[in-house]
Amino acid sequence: MEKTLYTVIVFSENRPGLLNQVSIIFSRRQLNIESLTVSASSIEGVHKFTITVYTDEEEIDKVVKQIEKRIDVLKAYYYTDDEVIYQEVALYKVDTESILESDEIEQLVRKYNARFLEITRTFSVIEMTGHTDEIKELYYALDKFGVKQYVRSGRIAITKSTSELLSKFLSEREEEAKG
Amino acid sequence: MSQSQISGSQALMRAFVAEGVETIFGYPGGAIMPVYDALYDFHDKMRHILVRHEQGAVHAAQGYSRVTGKTGVVIVTSGPAATNVITGVADAMIDSTPMVVVCGQVVASLLATDAFQETDVVGITQPITKWSYQIRSAAEIPWAVARAFYIAREGRPGPVVLDLTKNAQIELMNFHYEPCTFIRSFIPTPPIDEQTVSDAAALINQAKKPFALVGQGVILGNAEDELLAMLEKAQIPAAWTLLGLSAMPTDHPLNKGMLGMHGNYGCNIKTNECDVLIAIGMRFDDRVTSKLATYAKQAKIIHFDIDIAEINKNVKADVAVLGNSKETIAAVTKQLQPARHDEWISSFDSYAKIEYDEVIKEEVDPSTPDIKMGEVISKVSEATGHKAICVTDVGQNQMMGARYFKFSQTRSMVTSGGLGTMGFGLPAAIGAKIGAPHRTVCLFCGDGGIQMTIQELGTILQENIGVKIIVLNNHFLGMVRQWQEMFFDERYSFTNMKNPDFVAVAKAYGINGKCVSTHEELDHAIAEMVSNDDPYLLEVRIEPKGMVLPMVPAGADITDVRLK
Ligand SMILES: Cc1ncc(C[n+]2csc(CCOP(=O)(O)OP(=O)(O)O)c2C)c(N)n1
Ligand SMILES: [Mg+2]
Repeated sequence: MEKTLYTVIVFSENRPGLLNQVSIIFSRRQLNIESLTVSASSIEGVHKFTITVYTDEEEIDKVVKQIEKRIDVLKAYYYTDDEVIYQEVALYKVDTESILESDEIEQLVRKYNARFLEITRTFSVIEMTGHTDEIKELYYALDKFGVKQYVRSGRIAITKSTSELLSKFLSEREEEAKG
Repeated sequence: MSQSQISGSQALMRAFVAEGVETIFGYPGGAIMPVYDALYDFHDKMRHILVRHEQGAVHAAQGYSRVTGKTGVVIVTSGPAATNVITGVADAMIDSTPMVVVCGQVVASLLATDAFQETDVVGITQPITKWSYQIRSAAEIPWAVARAFYIAREGRPGPVVLDLTKNAQIELMNFHYEPCTFIRSFIPTPPIDEQTVSDAAALINQAKKPFALVGQGVILGNAEDELLAMLEKAQIPAAWTLLGLSAMPTDHPLNKGMLGMHGNYGCNIKTNECDVLIAIGMRFDDRVTSKLATYAKQAKIIHFDIDIAEINKNVKADVAVLGNSKETIAAVTKQLQPARHDEWISSFDSYAKIEYDEVIKEEVDPSTPDIKMGEVISKVSEATGHKAICVTDVGQNQMMGARYFKFSQTRSMVTSGGLGTMGFGLPAAIGAKIGAPHRTVCLFCGDGGIQMTIQELGTILQENIGVKIIVLNNHFLGMVRQWQEMFFDERYSFTNMKNPDFVAVAKAYGINGKCVSTHEELDHAIAEMVSNDDPYLLEVRIEPKGMVLPMVPAGADITDVRLK
């Protein structure tokens, strides 16, 4: 079946062991997690997982139901790329000398809307935010001058939908708690 | 008014009392000793059953829960005791049995140091529990215990493990208990969607050949009456899964028998002939469906379940009715028109007749001197007026128990369905008898399976639990042998068993018994066995190479029923 990159967004209570509970649902199905970002969400006490994975719709639907079934998970959703605004950040470490030798690196930084984060006598760090392929492109371009280190973050994403599903869920649950 | 402080262990006991716990199955050890010390003062409020192996505690709690509907409670120590409960916890998870298991744990300051008898219990149990939580301080106990019982019981039930550090058992705290009634992140029962109710009713109303599949969800939802009302109003023939057994009486005219690998001939054939398949509280296990690609493709599928994750998991539903079965079945029934499907219902008969002639007749009333399993089971069922609780182990004994025991009341079948755990039977029977002391509890087990938890005879000895143990001794790991005969060229690789004198073993534990090998001896021994409420072990030497038939080979079409 056709595989698509899905972005799974999970909101959970802030309890230890949640990451394990979520990740074993993927590993049990031999689904490789492409990227994973875990952090506090904008709502106090609520944790957010952003996971990307290649699979088909039938499978991702089952995965998300199983995730949501975990007691401490508040809500889990899945999206295709056209339903979210998403971004990754990458850092590239190059010799400062190679920047000084020509203006090619500076040109690349301008072209890719990247920026210099740090410049020391020996090395410099370039930062870029964007989508995976752009970030990789810049890497290959810079690597002609020798990239000493290169790191890429997991994806973070914001949905395009007009209603904020989690806030709605939480306020509904608050009502139900009152009786 | 200032409250006097109590220890975490005492808090645990008080929390149990507040949750209505009457019976605890357990086994003590170093990391749970403060709890056992507190239990000493509560022995008049709660009965503690000292098992002989922690696996026995969990299976006993499962047996107790299955017959009572209450949450089973287990207490064990840390490390090896916690790992010994794993099989039962996994079994309770896959069979949706509510259970709270408290494991002792090393003191919090020693966690993650590989301390003596430390295991990562939460890490191990996360995938096989509804919830697994480590309690590190006494103050957390009331909150965690209240949550544990709520989670285990509500919605689709299942096991919860509490990993209780030793310091939390000892620390002092102010006790205040409030039962849990709400967890923000957990919606146990999805609200009923009226649209799905009317869609389901519309499908059933226009059905010419409706067929209902009854799973354990009917029993867990206490929806037996609602089920019968629905089936009778619209005249829908029904078949059950292994765990749905006893949800409706065996002799009800709409009860057509069991589904699946060793199910009844007609039920499997009709699955692929019906026009509307109504699955109620069942999860389309592969032992029920066999090959999915050819399963009920002609039918519209209605799936009643409380667990949304079961919808479209194995079989795609045309209509999914989410909610508690008691409410959803009643809601759909209200919108059903009375109907008759006489011809469709009687179309099961010809298959039943073929199955009777080719399989059942000889199985329950053999023409040869050898005793057969089906014969033993139907005779015991008869002798108990079909009112007993049937507990089985796993293997041929289990499938035969399911096929030939008859039921007149619900919550009467206790068996390990999803996990198929050999060794489940004896401890589960103990738990069942404790949960239903006024009923007869008959355990059917194999010569192999009973030896996996045979030490629980000691529990029977100590507590004098009147379980009727029927060992169906074929001197084989019979079910595996059957597969070897059918699919592995009769190469009987390590499946024959040299067995001990089971009656002598029972005797050593003070349990009466008999070993029989003729039809006549069998009749007498059964009569003796059911003449009182004492524990009894009946070893029946049965034909060594019996077969459970009919059989749908694993992975074949569900209609590929082999009668020979
Ligand atoms: C713990 C465990 N180990 C192995 C099996 C595989 N198994 C399934 S049935 C069976 C044979 C059971 O033999 P016995 O208890 O004598 O029962 P019979 O089939 O002869 O009635 C085995 C080994 C299992 N289900 N559970
Ligand atoms: Mg055997």
